[in-house]
Amino acid sequence: MEEKLSLKEWIDLAETKNKSFGDFCIEFQAKELEMDKKVLLERMEEMLHVMEQSVVIGLTGITSMGGLVGGNGKKVETYRADSAEKSVVGGVMSKAIMIALAVGEANASMGRIVAAPTAGASGTLPAVLFSLSEARGSSMDELGKALIVAGAIGMVIASRASLSGAAGGCQAECGSAAAMAAGAAVELYGGSPEQVGQAVAITLKNMLGLVCDPVAGLVEVPCVKRNAGAAAQAMVAAEMALAGICSVIPVDEVIDAMAAVGNAMSCTLKETAQGGLAVSPTGILLANKLFAKVES
Amino acid sequence: MNIFDVIGPVMIGPSSSHTAGAVRLGNLALAILGEGVKEAMIGLHGSFAQTYRGHGTDLALSAGLQGWATDDSRIPKSFDSAKEAEIEISFKTINLGDLSHPNSVRFWMTGVNGNKCTVTGASIGGGRVVVTNIDDFPVEFSGDFPAILTMHRDRPGAIALVTSILSTQGVNVAQMKVFRKQKGGLAAMIVETDQPIDDAAFEVIGKLPHIQSVRRIQLV
Repeated sequence: MEEKLSLKEWIDLAETKNKSFGDFCIEFQAKELEMDKKVLLERMEEMLHVMEQSVVIGLTGITSMGGLVGGNGKKVETYRADSAEKSVVGGVMSKAIMIALAVGEANASMGRIVAAPTAGASGTLPAVLFSLSEARGSSMDELGKALIVAGAIGMVIASRASLSGAAGGCQAECGSAAAMAAGAAVELYGGSPEQVGQAVAITLKNMLGLVCDPVAGLVEVPCVKRNAGAAAQAMVAAEMALAGICSVIPVDEVIDAMAAVGNAMSCTLKETAQGGLAVSPTGILLANKLFAKVES
Repeated sequence: MNIFDVIGPVMIGPSSSHTAGAVRLGNLALAILGEGVKEAMIGLHGSFAQTYRGHGTDLALSAGLQGWATDDSRIPKSFDSAKEAEIEISFKTINLGDLSHPNSVRFWMTGVNGNKCTVTGASIGGGRVVVTNIDDFPVEFSGDFPAILTMHRDRPGAIALVTSILSTQGVNVAQMKVFRKQKGGLAAMIVETDQPIDDAAFEVIGKLPHIQSVRRIQLV
């Protein structure tokens, strides 16, 4: 078995070297991959371009393969344009919601996406990164660095717990995406390595126990809207961390707790479509309808 | 695991197992057939059979048989392209038994040169796949490495001859497995290697004694 990574260890190293977590991660990862730092950053920027394109695809108002989702990203776009003064959460988070839905819908309708960390949770990172970068006027380089921070966080979660709904429930999939996005947000806003860790811990704590219960087994309901929820959780946690709020439970321990909760979770709640919303009367009805279509 | 396993891959949605994995299984089946596909019947088992439409698994398998990558934007239109290329692809629901992985698929293929081949595999999560059976031989390989597949007579030295050719070419064996139906009968061998196997080595292996056929399986 591979050795468990520790986010605290990386954070401490970055703090000791007096580096931002992004600068530390890019150096560390480039060395690990035997890759030039510039090349690594370019690869991340390619990913960002794909993400931007996924948003465009989603906002055309497409319908998913299973027909259960589609057009909601566009609805938020229209609402933002027509009723900005009525926004409950304000412009930045409203944009994050729009992007999360758009990318989730692009994914569900066979659009091109970056699995980050998975296809089902692919809306969360673009939502947080692009809404914040617009608000802050971040450069592509800064966004690339934030994405590397997100990736490093994901690596730690993968090594101590899991990134897949089938193994750890939705907390491992959308929860991890949110934690990665929260860390990236702190980096983008110039927070310290320590604050990156706090944001990750706070996000995962707030999403602990979330089950994976896709209706008809498709990456549509509730996955797409959960990406919007995950993006919001990431932003809430980043705000707290930047304000200097600390998680009482240290970040690596929170990740371990998520692993334990995932292990304790019934198999019916881990992507098998045998529990939760998947077996609600409407969920069953929809599944039967979709399967009937297949049989015919 | 590296950072590109977390941020990436770039893929066509919606599911790494039911879409990206399905493309890869198609890619592997095509590589095993060793020539362009003319006709393919594709059997879907378990979760693949139940949810294939909602995940575009059928489109992904057809894309894979045409040699496309998991991030190819044409995947949603792979049926149209198959039709244009006069590749006949059909689907049916199959039951491979309870012991089979829920995301299993079987391809019955005929190539453009008339060769036939049956390949069974499964998508085991995160876009990773495994081929479990070729032409009634139980096998096991992932396509993560370049590989050769031999059908040969189960005779002393048959295996050593193949590996010695590889060693003279500086090709290191990563994993290998040998399967046989009965002692002294027809056997199959999968050799997964760290380096690609070049044309010269491939041709020499095909002419070795006891070797009935050899296929090279190299995904881009």
